[in-house]
Amino acid sequence: MDSNSQNEINESSQVHDFVHKSLSNRSISSSKNSGGHSLREVNFAELASKPVRHGSRGADSEGFSSSYKEMNDDDARIIHINDPVKSNEKFEFAGNSIRTGKYSILTFLPRNLFEQFHRVAYIYFLVIAILNQLPQLAVFGRGASIMPLAFVLVITAIKDLYEDYRRHRSDKIENNRLAWVLINDEFQHIRWKYIRVGEIIKVSANETLPCDMVLLSTSDSTGVAYVQTTNLDGESNLKTRYAKQETQVSHPESKMISGLIKCDKPNRNIYGFQANMVVDGKRISLGPSNIILRGCELKNTDWALGVAVYAGRETKAMLNNSGAPSKRSRLETLMNREIFFLSVFLVLLCVVVSVCHGLWLRRHKGDLDLMPFYRKSDYSGGKVEDYNYYGMGREILFVFLMSVIVFQIMIPISLYISMELVRVGQAFFMIRDDQMYDETTNSRFQCRALNINEDLGQIKYVFSDKTGTLTENKMEFQCASIGGVDYSNGKECVEDGHIGYPVQGGEQVLRPKMKVKVDQELLDLSKRKNLEEGRNVRDFFIALAACNTIVPLTVETQDPAVRLIDYQGESPDEQALVYAAAAYGFTLIERTSGHIVIDIQGERQRFDVLGLHEFDSDRKRMSVILGCPDKTIKLFVKGADTSMFHVIDKSINSNTIKATESHLQSYSSIGLRTLVVASKELSPILFEQWQSSYESASTALMGRAALLRKVATNIERHLSILGASAIEDKLQQGVPQAVKSLRKAGIKVWVLTGDKQETAVSIGYSSKLLTSKMTQIVINNNSKESCRKSLQDALLMCKKLGTDSLAAEINQLALIIDGTSLVYILDTDLEEQLFEFASRCNVVLCCRVAPLQKAGIVALIKNRTDDMTLAIGDGANDVSMIQMADVGIGISGQEGRQAVMASDFAMGQFRFLVPLLLVHGHWNYQRMSYMILYNFYRNAVFVLVLFWYVLFTSFTLTTAITDWSSVLYSIVYTGFPTVIVGILDKNLSRDSLLKYPQLYGAGQRQENYNKRLFWLTMLDTIWQSVAAFFVPLLSYWGSSVDGSSLGDLWTIAVVIMVNMHLAMDIIRWSWITHAAIWGSVISTFVSVMIIDLVPLLPGYWSFFNIAKTELFWMCVLGVVIGALLPRFVIKVVVQYCRPNDIQIAREMEKYGNSRRDSQLEMNQIFDPPSR
Amino acid sequence: MNSTTLSSSAAGIGSADSTPPRRNSKRPKYSRFSQQELPACKPILTPKWVIAAFLLIGAVFIPIGVFSLLASRDVVQIVNQYETDCIPEGSRTDKVGFIRGPQDKTCHRTLSIRRHMKQPIYVYYQLDNFYQNHRRYVKSRSDLQLRSPENEDETKSCQPEGTLNGTKAPIVPCGLIAWSLFNDTYEFSRNKRQLTVNKRGISWKSDRERKFGKNVYPKNFQNGTLQGGARLDSSKPLSEQEDLIVWMRTAALPTFRKLYGKIEVDLNPGDVIDVKLQNNYNTYSFNGKKKLVLSTTSWLGGKNDFIGIAYLSVGGLCFLLATIFTVIYFIKPRELGDPNYLSWNANPGDH
Repeated sequence: MDSNSQNEINESSQVHDFVHKSLSNRSISSSKNSGGHSLREVNFAELASKPVRHGSRGADSEGFSSSYKEMNDDDARIIHINDPVKSNEKFEFAGNSIRTGKYSILTFLPRNLFEQFHRVAYIYFLVIAILNQLPQLAVFGRGASIMPLAFVLVITAIKDLYEDYRRHRSDKIENNRLAWVLINDEFQHIRWKYIRVGEIIKVSANETLPCDMVLLSTSDSTGVAYVQTTNLDGESNLKTRYAKQETQVSHPESKMISGLIKCDKPNRNIYGFQANMVVDGKRISLGPSNIILRGCELKNTDWALGVAVYAGRETKAMLNNSGAPSKRSRLETLMNREIFFLSVFLVLLCVVVSVCHGLWLRRHKGDLDLMPFYRKSDYSGGKVEDYNYYGMGREILFVFLMSVIVFQIMIPISLYISMELVRVGQAFFMIRDDQMYDETTNSRFQCRALNINEDLGQIKYVFSDKTGTLTENKMEFQCASIGGVDYSNGKECVEDGHIGYPVQGGEQVLRPKMKVKVDQELLDLSKRKNLEEGRNVRDFFIALAACNTIVPLTVETQDPAVRLIDYQGESPDEQALVYAAAAYGFTLIERTSGHIVIDIQGERQRFDVLGLHEFDSDRKRMSVILGCPDKTIKLFVKGADTSMFHVIDKSINSNTIKATESHLQSYSSIGLRTLVVASKELSPILFEQWQSSYESASTALMGRAALLRKVATNIERHLSILGASAIEDKLQQGVPQAVKSLRKAGIKVWVLTGDKQETAVSIGYSSKLLTSKMTQIVINNNSKESCRKSLQDALLMCKKLGTDSLAAEINQLALIIDGTSLVYILDTDLEEQLFEFASRCNVVLCCRVAPLQKAGIVALIKNRTDDMTLAIGDGANDVSMIQMADVGIGISGQEGRQAVMASDFAMGQFRFLVPLLLVHGHWNYQRMSYMILYNFYRNAVFVLVLFWYVLFTSFTLTTAITDWSSVLYSIVYTGFPTVIVGILDKNLSRDSLLKYPQLYGAGQRQENYNKRLFWLTMLDTIWQSVAAFFVPLLSYWGSSVDGSSLGDLWTIAVVIMVNMHLAMDIIRWSWITHAAIWGSVISTFVSVMIIDLVPLLPGYWSFFNIAKTELFWMCVLGVVIGALLPRFVIKVVVQYCRPNDIQIAREMEKYGNSRRDSQLEMNQIFDPPSR
Repeated sequence: MNSTTLSSSAAGIGSADSTPPRRNSKRPKYSRFSQQELPACKPILTPKWVIAAFLLIGAVFIPIGVFSLLASRDVVQIVNQYETDCIPEGSRTDKVGFIRGPQDKTCHRTLSIRRHMKQPIYVYYQLDNFYQNHRRYVKSRSDLQLRSPENEDETKSCQPEGTLNGTKAPIVPCGLIAWSLFNDTYEFSRNKRQLTVNKRGISWKSDRERKFGKNVYPKNFQNGTLQGGARLDSSKPLSEQEDLIVWMRTAALPTFRKLYGKIEVDLNPGDVIDVKLQNNYNTYSFNGKKKLVLSTTSWLGGKNDFIGIAYLSVGGLCFLLATIFTVIYFIKPRELGDPNYLSWNANPGDH
């Protein structure tokens, strides 16, 4: 369960078949390796669906049990090779045509509408629009009531339509690509979409695979094929896949085998595949290394034959074609709570109106008939009957429903749309920020989830992976300890290559792609074949060059005489080791499944690969059995020191072992990653024993992985030590500064790594996470009881040190805990204590943790506090943590793209976290929270103005403001500035935010959006609505003013007031802001004029008549000043008397002079500042 | 074989794997907009600005308030409430019965002028408690029909006054609003000499010209079972029926005035005006009040002190606030942008 060893040693998802033709012509196949795979499987697919015990060893047993699982006919699909008709007759397997397009012409309308109405807000909207269509309830004109909904629906539909059109187009291209398919015993060129399951397909080099196929045969005689899976998981290195020897043919046109494949139902796990194949009555099992997936490219292999097993939408690539998981931002959750309050308020208003209406009806019961403005009786039909009167009960109900319709915008539907727009805008700025562009990987910032932008401003905990996140994951071979001697002086770089052993490859010179610093002493030593030490060194380097799964590829260069060897492999550590070996003249130049060729200081030697034991997380080592040119058989093992010293024979070379151990200690103390290399010569008897047990294990149908592991453990014993290597994992640029900034911003940075404790601690120091001032508390335990005890001790100590903040400042605590201890703590009652203690620590380092434990630690914090968590990582082992945290960030770096695929945001470097959180997060949070509050206010103020008027119409929901104005209010009159301010306004400049990371605290303390602010805003809203309504009302009381004119006055007054309110709160006025605010005021005037130019509306010309009078303008001015005065006064008082940090920083930005600047610099340097 | 395969395909791999050339750089193009560095003004509420703003508001509002109040005080208006007084003593127990009965409803009121009233003097009738903004009422009209004779059948929205008793004959103008047209009439005389009331030009020009058709004539109007209000001269087109046009501009509030006409001579203090009014309109069924109003006008409109008082109080408040803030700024001076106020500087160790 040591995830890091995936990096230390090649964990490799590919599995080798070892064929040794001289010994046996039968194939020996190894299959599913449980360790590495199951980890990934669990990360990838099962995390969501199954309850996972964090910290347990569940992951391992998962994979383990699956290899025992006998395939059941019910959940398997059966494919007849080269017989598509029979394959498809019983079950209709999906054809190979794909449709990523969601709609056809016929289904577009219903499906698109159906999807759009998944949003509750839209349903609310629709219900209200439908209510309004009932004649008894028709409050608004039909057109006016439908328009906003229709507007939103049409816009979204057009967007969807365009996207879908593009998808259709690419589908069409994809479906019409051509592939060679075996039909009637000859290969024909047919379109991809006609490929059926069971057909045999021939793929040539550099072609894309049309569907998921089981490899039958390749141009390589041993059945190896190389594929590039960039399209699938983004990893650009080559992966090896194998055809079974039983199906291997030498020529694609030769006689085709027939058989039966029984495999899994289609699933989305791209690293898992289980099947049996029956060929010629023989049952062969197939694993993930025997299948090649749609979307991959065949590389380095002339041709490959495969049988289609999954086609079209059932291929793994298509099944994985879903977006990132959707999360909902904290702010939005809070907002929904407030929306609930608003709905209560809405219902309250409606109840008031309907009850009052009921009372009014009762009081005037006898008069209703004759009242000229009610006229209950209808005399027109000859006999007298009630006109539009349905009795008290129903009248009250209708009034209630009508008031819901009139007051509908109390629930700010436009807010959802504005938020979406604002987030798109914010995402645009984040993506475009050139301070978050990574030069080295040429990657921009990516926003994969669009709805949690504002969460970035509230992060309290950052959980970071180490390898590839804090560090570059570019491994560099630094030094070695060979035979107990430390060679770590080599610092001179090999420039001209004459030491670096260029290898003659035909006419051309082959040269490793990467240059490695060499130690001259060691280099000299390696050339002395005769010395004992020389032999030791040679064995060491042969082990480095051979004991791995690296594939060498030659690459052309500009200079035709020189070609570069590019080592492709999944583990950067292995690459570093192979490059190192090459630098010392042990150049790996060829690898097939049967043999490898190593150029040893100018002399090509061929080694037969007799056996290879994959890395697995239990053994934490890998081994290879080589048949050497001198006819000896040697076992080379490399692995993590802890696991290696168990299997090294202590009796031989005990001095060397001791020396190596001390070297390892010093290597890892300076942050280097270490591996121990050992070897043993195998006697023919031992080899044969091994071979037979290996064969039986690898053909076993059940528990194969466990059996293979046992075989490996048996042979990897009594080894003699060769030496140890140390690889430097370089810190990424700017990490210490970034960590410091984050810590200053009040963010707790936890590092969760699979690395060794020593490595983790040393990285902790170099990244400034740990300082010498800190008290380190280490928890390394092997039982629950001891864990309990250490936690209790730690808590006691914590209490002793004092709880007040001052003491915490002085006595900084760092907790270092390892994965084994976490096994006993997570998911048990100890969790609570761990949480209690860890939350007091300034730094927490978790080492040797498994992927699921990472998620468990995130959950530890997430489930117990309201604090926002952020997880950042780059590898597959971080996926679970990224998905668990509130915000998941993927580093698009070396380790493939799974982390990015699972993340909400992706970026190139760890240090971008600082601008992302402190600058963009801060802005996003502040903008979004202001926008939400403002939207609540804006809509409520309008509703209240309508409500006050209803009180003067005998509670009959007449609106003085025209229908069209009510509809346009939140879209045209006030909508635009909201969005602009939500996207563009910034309270502080980037420089200030970066200079004072503490300003980030505003988001963590939820200063910009909380209940108190909400209720204050609502109080303000009530006052403003009173001012906006009653000033015109009282000014025109008892005058001859008509409803439409007064309505226009209210419209104009409210819109100007609302826009001035916004203007008052805008911090930065750029020309866009000016345009938006004044533009929307002007557009309101224009719209009101246009509405009043329609002679068929009752309000014809009223605006022009009333705007002529002075009273109108005096009312507008009075409303705006009167309504905003309290807010202004409170704002000024708060800003002056109780300024918050942001206010001070704003003032400093404007008035801070140079004297103060210099003083601040001093404060920055001498921490803590003196007053 | 393997080595040849390797080299044969190496070119392809090389091109795929070699580091992307700089020209494909995805570095975002720099622009001040995309880096959010647009030039912007960052106003800050400094004491100076705040006090200046308050003083400015005060300085603007108080004069406006004073002028408004003066204007409102200048307006002379005489209000005479007559709905009860114009019912004979005996009939006051059954006002509705009286008003719907056939009796003569002439009523005499006298108004005495206390202050000089400069012409034009506006004659209004004021109704209280009449919800001209009632939902049933405001919707009961057909603007289509009012505009042109082709649309006279557009009476759907006018129920229950759309068509004549059970037939399909449309009522023009249809709807409750038109049907309930106010029909009290006033005749004024001073010292037994008739004062002419000019009833032309009391409605909006825009309404006369474009909303009410010049060739739309009243039809079947007030011919139903229940008579609501005034009858119309069916020989005059709607565009000339100014009382109707005024009435159809439904009032915003349940207490409203409507222009009845203008008296275009000055009235002097001591003048006694005799009003002979026909008390026809039924407001008794809903306890509505009727008032006759004579009023001069000012630049602000009618008599209404509210806006003046409001402006004066806001202006005064602003002066007060300006003083208070000046005091605050003196008592508790704070240098703007002083980093010592930052929370982490103020109390170290608390963040």
